[in-house]
Amino acid sequence: MSETERTASEKADFKRELTEVVPHLRAFARGLCGRPDMADDLVQETMLKAWAAQDRFQPGTSMRAWTFVILRNAYLTDMRRNRFRGDFDENVAERILTAPAGQEEPIHLSDMRRALLTLPPERREALLLVGAGGFSYEEAANICGCAVGTIKSRVGRARAALSAMLEDGTIPKRTADDESAHRALLEELDEVAAGNGVSLPTR
Amino acid sequence: MTADKNDTKDSASQGGEKDRNTVNRQKKDAQPGWANGLRQLYDSVVEEELPDSFKDLLSKLDGKN
Repeated sequence: MSETERTASEKADFKRELTEVVPHLRAFARGLCGRPDMADDLVQETMLKAWAAQDRFQPGTSMRAWTFVILRNAYLTDMRRNRFRGDFDENVAERILTAPAGQEEPIHLSDMRRALLTLPPERREALLLVGAGGFSYEEAANICGCAVGTIKSRVGRARAALSAMLEDGTIPKRTADDESAHRALLEELDEVAAGNGVSLPTR
Repeated sequence: MTADKNDTKDSASQGGEKDRNTVNRQKKDAQPGWANGLRQLYDSVVEEELPDSFKDLLSKLDGKN
């Protein structure tokens, strides 16, 4: 399984970097699956997988991008097992976001969360990576194992949908059909799993 | 910020030279409210204190191989 045994110092570096990205993994996971408890389970699973696969991490590359791929794959595997239903925590305390200058109506964090979860997962994921995580389109494409143009298109559609929902106040109560919504993402996972993806650290 | 850089790149890649300024302006007008909220949503989780379960897991990692 392991190619070269890492030195103690390399392991320490890996652990430090892994520790640093844990808050980002939690944020990404929560955006993906919407449930804080499940998101944290997903992150812990990711940490264990990353630790077990650390020999495949190339020092000097982005730990955040590398672990996001692992988290995403773990999420998709769990989706297949129907562990997540695109559900979200209705009981999360409502917090009001600070209104940006010139913005009359503050956006409620819960509205944002709900609107985000109505998006098809592949668009939600793309928007999370680029719009929230600050990844470039190229980095996001590497994480998702798809073309840059695909990511741009997904982000564009996600932004348009969120704008429509948040500005008109028409946020659907629930994801309409989570099963079909995940199909595209799962098909893409098959591509990645088949070795056609750009970056799959656990390959 | 990285996200701003992305927005610029996005706009630049969408249309020709002629449309660039218009697209940029539209984006700036259309997005500020929730685009900022999206980052806040993410950052609010990043800034949360790490639950003990994560600290426990991290401290146990060294024993695993």
